[in-house]
Amino acid sequence: MAAQAPEASLLEVRHLSTNFVSDEGVFRAVEDLSFHLKKGESMGLVGESGCGKTTAMLSLLRLLPAAGRIVAGEVLLEGRDLMELDEAEMRAVRWRSMSMIFQGAMNALNPVRPVGDQIGEALVVHDLAPSLKAATPRVTELLEMVGIPGSRQSQFPHQYSGGMRQRAMIAMALACSPQIVIADEPTTALDVMIQAQILELLERLQRELGLAVILVTHDLSVVAELCHRVLVMYGGVLAEYSDVDSIFNEPLHPYTRRLLEAFPDLSRLEGKLVSIPGHPPRLNKLPPGCRFAPRCPEAFERCRVEQPGVRQVRPGHWVTCHLMEESAPNAHG
Amino acid sequence: MAELAASAPCVGQGDCILEVEGLRMYFPLPRGLLGTLRNLPRRAVHAVDGVSFKLGRGEILALVGESGCGKTTTAMTLMGLVGATAGTIRFNGQDVTHLAEHPARTARASIAALNGQAHRREPSVFPAITMKRLRRQMQMVFQDPYESLNPRVTVFEAVAEPLEVHALTSSREEKIERVRQALDDAGLTPPEDFMTRLPHELSGGQRQRVVIAGALVLEPVLLIADEPVSMLDVSIRAEILNLLDELRSRRGISIVYITHDLGTAAYFTDRIAVMYLGRVVEIGPTRQVLANPRHPYTKALLSVIPVPNPRLRRHRMILGGETPNPIDLPSGCRFHPRCPVVFDRCTQTDPQLSCVEPEHDAACLLVGRST
Amino acid sequence: MRQRLVRWRQNLASFGKTLVRSRMGLVGLTMLTVAIAAAVLAPWIAPYDPRASIRVSIEDIYARPSSGHWLGTDDGGKDVFSAFVYGSRVSLIVGFAASMISMLIGGTVGLVAGFYGGRIGNFLMRLTDIFLVIPDLPLMIVIVAIVGPSLWNIIFVIGILGWTGTARIVRAQALSLKERQFVTRARALGAGNFYILRRHIFPLVLPLMVANTVLVISLSILEESTLSFLGLGDPTTLSWGGMLNFAFTRGAISAGAWWALVAPGLGIVWVVLACTLVGNTLEEAFNPRLQSHHLQGEDKMVVRRGPAQAAEE
Repeated sequence: MAAQAPEASLLEVRHLSTNFVSDEGVFRAVEDLSFHLKKGESMGLVGESGCGKTTAMLSLLRLLPAAGRIVAGEVLLEGRDLMELDEAEMRAVRWRSMSMIFQGAMNALNPVRPVGDQIGEALVVHDLAPSLKAATPRVTELLEMVGIPGSRQSQFPHQYSGGMRQRAMIAMALACSPQIVIADEPTTALDVMIQAQILELLERLQRELGLAVILVTHDLSVVAELCHRVLVMYGGVLAEYSDVDSIFNEPLHPYTRRLLEAFPDLSRLEGKLVSIPGHPPRLNKLPPGCRFAPRCPEAFERCRVEQPGVRQVRPGHWVTCHLMEESAPNAHG
Repeated sequence: MAELAASAPCVGQGDCILEVEGLRMYFPLPRGLLGTLRNLPRRAVHAVDGVSFKLGRGEILALVGESGCGKTTTAMTLMGLVGATAGTIRFNGQDVTHLAEHPARTARASIAALNGQAHRREPSVFPAITMKRLRRQMQMVFQDPYESLNPRVTVFEAVAEPLEVHALTSSREEKIERVRQALDDAGLTPPEDFMTRLPHELSGGQRQRVVIAGALVLEPVLLIADEPVSMLDVSIRAEILNLLDELRSRRGISIVYITHDLGTAAYFTDRIAVMYLGRVVEIGPTRQVLANPRHPYTKALLSVIPVPNPRLRRHRMILGGETPNPIDLPSGCRFHPRCPVVFDRCTQTDPQLSCVEPEHDAACLLVGRST
Repeated sequence: MRQRLVRWRQNLASFGKTLVRSRMGLVGLTMLTVAIAAAVLAPWIAPYDPRASIRVSIEDIYARPSSGHWLGTDDGGKDVFSAFVYGSRVSLIVGFAASMISMLIGGTVGLVAGFYGGRIGNFLMRLTDIFLVIPDLPLMIVIVAIVGPSLWNIIFVIGILGWTGTARIVRAQALSLKERQFVTRARALGAGNFYILRRHIFPLVLPLMVANTVLVISLSILEESTLSFLGLGDPTTLSWGGMLNFAFTRGAISAGAWWALVAPGLGIVWVVLACTLVGNTLEEAFNPRLQSHHLQGEDKMVVRRGPAQAAEE
């Protein structure tokens, strides 16, 4: 990155790269990803299926599945590089400083244990409570914080509705009072109204607890409502990264621009919906050059042979596109 | 119990291709031994509880609602995959409601029906013959492109399947030609490239096109699309929707587009019907309903759908709680427990669809003429 | 038709690939190939014909292994190695034939019970439970004792008692398959039950059935060996179990003739192990519920070369 983020960054990710090794080749799931997160800030990580956003987040917490390898980069949490820690130190960081609400989490609750016990477990494992029984008051507090009556903690997951289970997962993520919460597609499988409830909850929690939130989603509209900054990923790389206003009103990357046009906007019913022909690249068979070039209507020769680097074309606005260099040679911040 | 079929008169030229009146689909719940002994009243899942609408030729109707509202069950009932409990379905003027039913059997329920999954019953022998013929004209496109195709069956076989089932072609050349044409119509060009491929070699959008091609090969006049783009990436949704729009304009196929996403419904449909807990609560021309919603539920939905515009600050009507289960319905208006403008009569009277504007109906005591 | 051949090749290819990729599968496959080859090529491998009558003297009885008799001789002076090689035929034939019967019965029961469900499904499953509960071996002994120990009787008896495992697995698979969307799609197209069974359910159930049947083969071979060992084998043939029976009852142990016991015993172990290895490998590959994903240990997750070098790239 050309310029360093100001010192107040809580989380700083530099040049993170993660691969998956399998029979079908090496999947370069994340390549050269950099961003920063300040305390109390929320960032939207936007991308379609297979763009590497979940892998990037799992890399932050070092929770990759068997075939995952973090091959480059640093993840600085309050100045400490998480990649340098050994497993015991990492365990202390996980959940206490940074926690995650996993994709499809509401189906990941253990069906034969009461919900309260599963939240209490997080406390016990991190030595915040000596036993599950002792954890009960804190579990009640957490459940009430997410809008579930504390008396329901002895119930089982099947007695909760989908929306309530998602709230329970949020409570679990907040159990150890982390500073950063990563929410991976928290509302994808939910109804519109429940989605609105959950998003409102996240917004309120963020305000009241001063949380920094990374919201991973494919839905740009959700990001518009909730986030301060937006990072758009495509094919494992950062396409554009800026504050939410710039992304929506002055998008620079061709992918961002077309992605915006692919979302229906109910406030402007006359708009036309466009689609991007083709489909995202398979991460083990990446095209040479820019990963978006095969689908980009503005691609030229250089795009197909050379991968563009991440450039800060305006203060706080990073783009990975050769067009930016051509048109804005003096725009470095 | 006749519903006030006050839904809009058919738009477009020609008569209606589909008329649904008072459609009901109840799944009875088992009482268990104790329940039977104590003779408790039979409870049922009221998945579809009085749905009426009309669909004209070449028209696209959006059926919109959240999970549990009964939209998928309605689709299954229209396709004859489940038999209706009550009401009528008229296709091209002909009553086809009971074609798929086996008269001697009563429906057995499953609790899974609560989640909107259809309860499948086997069609009986004789009515099935006519149902089969009907299915040539009425086809369905499903939600999950990764599941709609048998993973071991090639694209050619998948698209040719309807031809085989109905024994419509006499020679292999004829089959190949029809499949080729269908693949071309669905936008998979060149068709020869795709015929020998297996589903896992295709992207989600391509798979969905294969399903659409399979629906087109019989040259239907009605297409029921159940959330056809919900599982696709956003950047390729528009091309599938454009394809559906094109099928309507080029071939005059009528489409029932089922979705929970009001945004895509706004994009290409002519009329929209908003469903809640088994009923249509508002129906009318799409632009009109979205610009001027009259039912409190529609208003609330529209206010909370995220909009990709960070500068827009709007008042969001976030309803508390969740959709109640369709077993024990609220008294009076079924929306009253969550309604932001509820008043005393709402708990007693169940509002019917009534006209609020020309061609625009809503079922609310506060609008139009109520019974 | 061409499509069907293509599919057959696909199926075989996927079987082959699965086996070759796993070490266990490869070992099992090799062992099985050796056994089948020995059975098929018996007339050429065996130095003596076990049926030929010979004249023996006292030294030939339980003679030690020598260059003339690689595994020595048995109590009748006959070459153990030849009997061993020919004995593989009986064990393998009975094993395969009986498990074919089991596969047929179990597959049909499972498909009907799983796909149709309802009352007939319940009835079939209770029938399966009854067969499961009955202790196989005592029943087999009783039946063979009544009908007589011919080869076909034994095959039949083992076959009709060994189908329950297959039925359960096939039923579970059919049950889950019938809910899948491509089946709903076929129904929406107007397909009837038989078409769906033939076109969609059966081809997807087949790999699992085959994998399970290989395991059933090993069980069948064991059961045949047990029956022969107990003296209920076909008297006109000599299987490994029969060899063990003779060895035990005709004083091999007291004569110290370990070759007469070890050879058939090892033969049984060899074939059963081979089938188990192959069957397990195939089942792990084809039974979606047996697949597992493991979280990697920490030691391999972070492999980057350090921040200084990363900045150079």
